Amino acid sequence: MYQVTVIVKRRPKILDPQGKAVEQGAKLLGFNNISNTRIGKYIQFIINTEDYDKAKSEVDEFCNKLLANLVMEDYEYTLEKVK
Amino acid sequence: MNPKFGVVVFPGSNCDHDAYHSLKKILGYEAEFLWHKDKDLKNSDVIILPGGFSYGDYLRTGAIASLSPIMQEVIEFGQKGGIIIGICNGFQILLEAGLLPGVLIQNKSLKFICKDVYLNVKNKNTLFTNSVTKDVIKVPIAHGDGNYFADENVITELVNNNQIVFQYSSANGEVSDEFNPNGSILNIAGIINKSGNILGMMPHPERCCDPLFNNIDGQEIFRSIVNGLLS
Repeated sequence: MYQVTVIVKRRPKILDPQGKAVEQGAKLLGFNNISNTRIGKYIQFIINTEDYDKAKSEVDEFCNKLLANLVMEDYEYTLEKVK
Repeated sequence: MNPKFGVVVFPGSNCDHDAYHSLKKILGYEAEFLWHKDKDLKNSDVIILPGGFSYGDYLRTGAIASLSPIMQEVIEFGQKGGIIIGICNGFQILLEAGLLPGVLIQNKSLKFICKDVYLNVKNKNTLFTNSVTKDVIKVPIAHGDGNYFADENVITELVNNNQIVFQYSSANGEVSDEFNPNGSILNIAGIINKSGNILGMMPHPERCCDPLFNNIDGQEIFRSIVNGLLS
């Protein structure tokens, strides 16, 4: 079994209105050193196989088909073995 | 022949009854609801994917709905040339299902916008606009994620193939940033696929069909489909 952690990020060139709004909030709080705020998604799940390569290819497929929309997002993930 | 419209109902659809009412009670066409868990299009000639918040807009708008059992049938129907119109959340579902190119991201203002807008009818030579008499129509929008985005190649292709059907504009048809409510590239409000049988649009034509509302510009879009089917 593997604990999978996926991070989905909006592509750098694509406008992130949420990130912009949060950055405005940061400025209102006086955090003037903060810039390039981007908001993404953090997704966790368990994949029930012992085969590392199989787990990896299944996670890739899951990300491609559902978790990320590759028109506007990129994804990365980590696999951690659990007992 | 009286064409039949199938209106798909997803959990969270909320414009399904508006569409049904406009089609059946106002325009007098045959209409039937199609449940998202079914796999039967009930011999519909036209499929409507209505507006709303299918699956609570979880993950991405339209992402989960695009995997519904009925969508497998709808995708096949569309690929065989069947007529589909996706309105608002329906447009988002068409994009997630891969039947149209691009994505709809949050409005630039981050606000949910609910108001009447003007649309420049850019292409009148489509199944969905052949009977539209005006050059500019007034149709309401109601969305938080209507900001159309696609990469440059897709946009160039949309322009070259005349796939942009509606653009946000002034009452006189001027297309500029000033009249862009949500940040969409090229003020895109509605596009068709290359073969011209699938339309996705953010504005709600079904909400401007009933004469009670003093604006019936939406009627001509549905009339166009029927005229196209009958001719």
